[in-house]
Amino acid sequence: MRDLTLAWRRRSDVFTSVIFFVIVASLFPLGIGPEGKLLLAIGPGVVWVAALLASMLALSRLFAADYADGTLEQMLIGAAPLPVVVIAKVIAHWIAANLPLVLIAPLLGLQYGLPADALLVLALALALGTPSLSLIGAIGAALTLGLRGGGVLLALLVLPLYAPVLILGSLAVEAVGAGLSAQPYLLLLAALSVAALSLAPWAAAAALRISYE
Amino acid sequence: MSSASPQAAVPVFNWFKYASPQTFFPLAGALAPWFAAIAAVLCVAGLYIGFFVAPTDAQQGESYRIIFIHVPAAWMSMLIYLAMAFWAGVGLAFNTRLSGMMATALAPTGAWFTFIALWTGALWGKPTWGTWWVWDARLTSELLLLFLYFGFMALQAAIDDPRRADKAGAVLALVGVINIPIIYFSVQWWNTLHQGSSVSLKSAPTMAMTMLTGMLVMVFAAWAYAIAAALWRVRCIILERERRSDWVRAYLGTAR
Repeated sequence: MRDLTLAWRRRSDVFTSVIFFVIVASLFPLGIGPEGKLLLAIGPGVVWVAALLASMLALSRLFAADYADGTLEQMLIGAAPLPVVVIAKVIAHWIAANLPLVLIAPLLGLQYGLPADALLVLALALALGTPSLSLIGAIGAALTLGLRGGGVLLALLVLPLYAPVLILGSLAVEAVGAGLSAQPYLLLLAALSVAALSLAPWAAAAALRISYE
Repeated sequence: MSSASPQAAVPVFNWFKYASPQTFFPLAGALAPWFAAIAAVLCVAGLYIGFFVAPTDAQQGESYRIIFIHVPAAWMSMLIYLAMAFWAGVGLAFNTRLSGMMATALAPTGAWFTFIALWTGALWGKPTWGTWWVWDARLTSELLLLFLYFGFMALQAAIDDPRRADKAGAVLALVGVINIPIIYFSVQWWNTLHQGSSVSLKSAPTMAMTMLTGMLVMVFAAWAYAIAAALWRVRCIILERERRSDWVRAYLGTAR
């Protein structure tokens, strides 16, 4: 809850990542040209990649402020189990950084001329897939805490691990375009998120402890 | 705990004896030249079989011969990552210094093998598929594996304290090893063009015996090379990290 309040007080941060998302997704048509067919084909992938990057940029804020002012150290020695603290922080981070992306994504899909049912699946796929992005990213954010060149390093660590989510997410939207059911891909995305939820907090907690040694 | 007592009577080989950098250093120094020699001999033998003895492939002509480098490199790239994750796990579990050093020493060799596998794959793909690169499942997962190696090395390089670098790298390696099957299967669903594996334990090999022999000899050469390279690198790492200890000073003093 505290993290949510803090995020609300610093709304500009949230808006920055949303605007980044919108700008990146809007730059692609400018670079590629306005042909509707092409845009329709690349739309799902571009929106997903933009969401991936926006979500990753927000990761550095996950632990950084608490690390800087020592709050994190208190949490480390506090009574609450560290993985639970990590889960709480990740949920707050997801609501602040990724939920806006999920909500605005259909609008961007419209820019690419995606049909209504594809827009729905796009939002659904993002909603199911982005939690695993936040969870995996938490490990990366914990590992790079307080390191020089942390931002680029974080991208290097986290982006290869994001690949399955990206693939399944775009496949889900493309399946709708091809007249197939998106359900298997959505279920797999949900499965990835659940698997990440069961493993990533512990890895991130271990990484946090290492960072504080 | 009655089962423990008879075991105590037998003299047990102490596996942890060589877990200390000081005792491992001379052992690694003694073993590394042997593995290097084995690697050199097997490599010459394997390449001879591959280039002069093995028959020409019916479909792919002479160009298939790059298989003798490509397949061992691809296998080693995955195996070394597993070995790295294994040492990383041991390091986290037992808190041994040497395990982290082993993982660090393995990473560059693994990255090289991954790079070689991609490179030879591109050279092989040009005459047979007609392109250097396709977005195929195996190629893509191999590329992502290369990125995982880079991430591991970059993370370790960014951390000044070697103990923290070891542990952070260990967490990353273990996360990566869980992800490798997921990445592999997801790209497999995504797209696949790569030929199926030609070697399987279950069915009879689909290739000529000499081809298989040449390839397996090369695989063992790659194994021996990887072990030799890792041992030499771990020796350097040991010297660098333990440079303040007495035995390293004594060693360097006598060597000079």
